[in-house]
Amino acid sequence: MKYLILIQSNERSLAVWDAMSDDERTTFGRDHLTLNEEMAEAGVLVAAEGLADPSLARFVSVRGGETIVSDGPFAEVKEHLAGFYLIDCPTPEDAFAWAAKVPDAANTEVEVRPVLDMSGWEF
Amino acid sequence: MGVLTPVEEVLRAAAPQVLGAVVRRYGDFDSSEDAVQEALLAAARQWPAEGVPDNPRAWLIRVASRRRIELLRNDEARRRREALPPDPAPEVRGDDELTLLVLCCHPALTAASQVALTLRAVGGLGTAEIARALLVPESTVGQRISRAKKKLQGARFVLPDNLEERLPGVRQVLYLIFNEGHTASSGTSLHRVELSAEAIRLTRQLHARLPADGEVAGLLALMLLTDARRPARTRPDGALVPLADQDRTLWDSAAIAEGITIVTAALRDTAIGPFQVQAAIAAVHAEAAAAADTDWEQILALYRVLHVLAPGPMVTLNRIVALAEVDGPLVGLRELSLAARDPALADHHRVSAVRAHLLERAGDATAARAEYLVAARRTLSLPERRYLELRASRLR
Repeated sequence: MKYLILIQSNERSLAVWDAMSDDERTTFGRDHLTLNEEMAEAGVLVAAEGLADPSLARFVSVRGGETIVSDGPFAEVKEHLAGFYLIDCPTPEDAFAWAAKVPDAANTEVEVRPVLDMSGWEF
Repeated sequence: MGVLTPVEEVLRAAAPQVLGAVVRRYGDFDSSEDAVQEALLAAARQWPAEGVPDNPRAWLIRVASRRRIELLRNDEARRRREALPPDPAPEVRGDDELTLLVLCCHPALTAASQVALTLRAVGGLGTAEIARALLVPESTVGQRISRAKKKLQGARFVLPDNLEERLPGVRQVLYLIFNEGHTASSGTSLHRVELSAEAIRLTRQLHARLPADGEVAGLLALMLLTDARRPARTRPDGALVPLADQDRTLWDSAAIAEGITIVTAALRDTAIGPFQVQAAIAAVHAEAAAAADTDWEQILALYRVLHVLAPGPMVTLNRIVALAEVDGPLVGLRELSLAARDPALADHHRVSAVRAHLLERAGDATAARAEYLVAARRTLSLPERRYLELRASRLR
């Protein structure tokens, strides 16, 4: 089963980040790299990335066959996706154990979402 | 799918024999396996153009043996190598495949590692092919294999004395590989379909080696009978077709005939087991020319046997489905609410799916629709969600 571990950036996580010393921030970043390596070594890692600031996001839509790339919608968003780990492991409990190792889980919380697969029950 | 080129066929069949011969000669599973993998890749590159050598196994053993020596670069390994007699000709033995299969399914390994290692070492598939089939990155599969090999360090390459005790684990791994492929439904999943074919090939080999093992026979029959329905179980767009709605003329009649012959002989000649019973259930479905002709009484009886031999939440649910076919949806619904008290089933989306189905049959469209939607929200399968949503929208 694949699981997506989502890390959100919000007011609470920004407050924690703000209060961190430079050393603490270095450790935080290194812990992410270590987790990456640990997941790879365990044979569960599918993909993991951190996302650029949402101000760099563009919104793509197609209307009447025409592709429109825009900066909006400009609604005030208090929370955005900051990064993710996509892992492949046997049970939800395994996924929770990995999620608990994400450094952000010690500050705020991370979200674990099962990924849909193509299996099917023939009833 | 499942059709191999002549070169692939030779390579896949030779892979475990070559590895068996090399590892028996040098005793070092880890580097021997890497070396054989490279020899297979070299052959896959060269043979289609240059032709298959007269003795393909000897060619592969020779190339793998040399490659293995090149792989062992450190001094200690060189010393060990120099102590060996020159250019040995490793021999092929009849039980190498089985020894290898049992080793790859070692209980100390995780299921994911067992699957990856079996596909590579016994099946002769490359890491990239396995990764495509399992829908994970190649590096992830590579890591699972190297972890497995690390765990197997020091394990001896001989058939274990407790072979009987190890066989259930082997059958489980083969079934897991089959299901990885079987649950694939469409387009992008073609590589996964190959896994079912590979599982059938390996189980067929095992059955030929251990014809008296009724559960290996049962497993092979179950795979054949299940796989026979593949052409009918999904629509071209990937949507699931339930058993009752499948076009039975699309079923593979040769596979069905073979499956029925195998399971009939196993039930007659060997001790009964869960795979045989599941195969027998699949055979009863296969024997019905139309869904309405299904012998549900017999299926119910078989699920009751299975419930004794190997109880589990899915067996419980399937037994209730069969019961509802025999005694009507209201009896099924009553049983279902009792079964749902089991914590393993309480929140299971398939309980909702079955309840929805039975409510629909009982004529309660409103409640059925609500249950279909609950099931659709809870499932982890995309085709299943689409199917359940479709059923719900039909009842609007």
